Amino acid sequence: MSRVVITVMPRAEVLDPQGQAVERALRGLGFDDANGVRVGKRIELEIDGPDPAQTARRMCEALLANPLIEDFHVEVE
Amino acid sequence: MSVAIVRFPGTLDHASAHAAVTRMGGRAQYAWHADRHLPDGTSAVLLPGGFSYGDHLRPGAIASRSPIMAAVRAHAEIGGPVIGICNGFQMLCESGLLPGALIDNDSLSFICRQVDVEVVDSSTRWTGDAKSGDSLSIPIKHHGGAWFGDAEQARVVLRYRGDNPNGSVEAVAGVANEAGNVMGLMPHPEEACDPLLGSTDGRALVSGLLA
Repeated sequence: MSRVVITVMPRAEVLDPQGQAVERALRGLGFDDANGVRVGKRIELEIDGPDPAQTARRMCEALLANPLIEDFHVEVE
Repeated sequence: MSVAIVRFPGTLDHASAHAAVTRMGGRAQYAWHADRHLPDGTSAVLLPGGFSYGDHLRPGAIASRSPIMAAVRAHAEIGGPVIGICNGFQMLCESGLLPGALIDNDSLSFICRQVDVEVVDSSTRWTGDAKSGDSLSIPIKHHGGAWFGDAEQARVVLRYRGDNPNGSVEAVAGVANEAGNVMGLMPHPEEACDPLLGSTDGRALVSGLLA
């Protein structure tokens, strides 16, 4: 059993209004150094079987990420 | 001959879609997301609006992988009419039956208001007698309705006129597949079929299911 962490982020060319809103809020709190905020998702799961990284990538392609608008990164702990 | 209106957990607009189809003289039957087949006699499919599966992961993502969608895809592939409205549009993009994806409105606000959309391509079954350049007054109500994709490659049928309410690429409001039998749009034509609701401009789109 492997613990897998998948990070899904909006692609660079896709507008991320959530990231922009968070950046504005940070600046409103006085964090003037905050730049380029982007908000994505972290998905944690356990995978049985011989090649958890490959399985996780297949899961991303099948459901967890939409390649038109999102990039994903797989990490096996 | 009847229109299958597919319900998913979290679908909201099936009843107004049903009312619009019957008002136009059509027959409608509900189908359920877990069904493997469309109801007997189905000639067209309507994927209604709402928040299927609570919009978890991405709007329409989980619904587009539910059992009924294989039957919807088969219906589309033989040229059967399919329309996806709002959440239904998100499902059709997620399933790959339509190009592009829907992302959050650039304002991050939920928008609920009447908008004018321009008919860009009047050659599909979905715009009735309207000509290119005509305006249709139809309401929108969505949070994640900004279409993102290649507007040069896609068959754009409707565009927002005036202010772009959600930041969609090239102000796209609705697209069809290359063959024209599958249509998706964020505005709600089923809410613009009765004079009591202020506009009957949605009838053209609903009648595309019955033609």
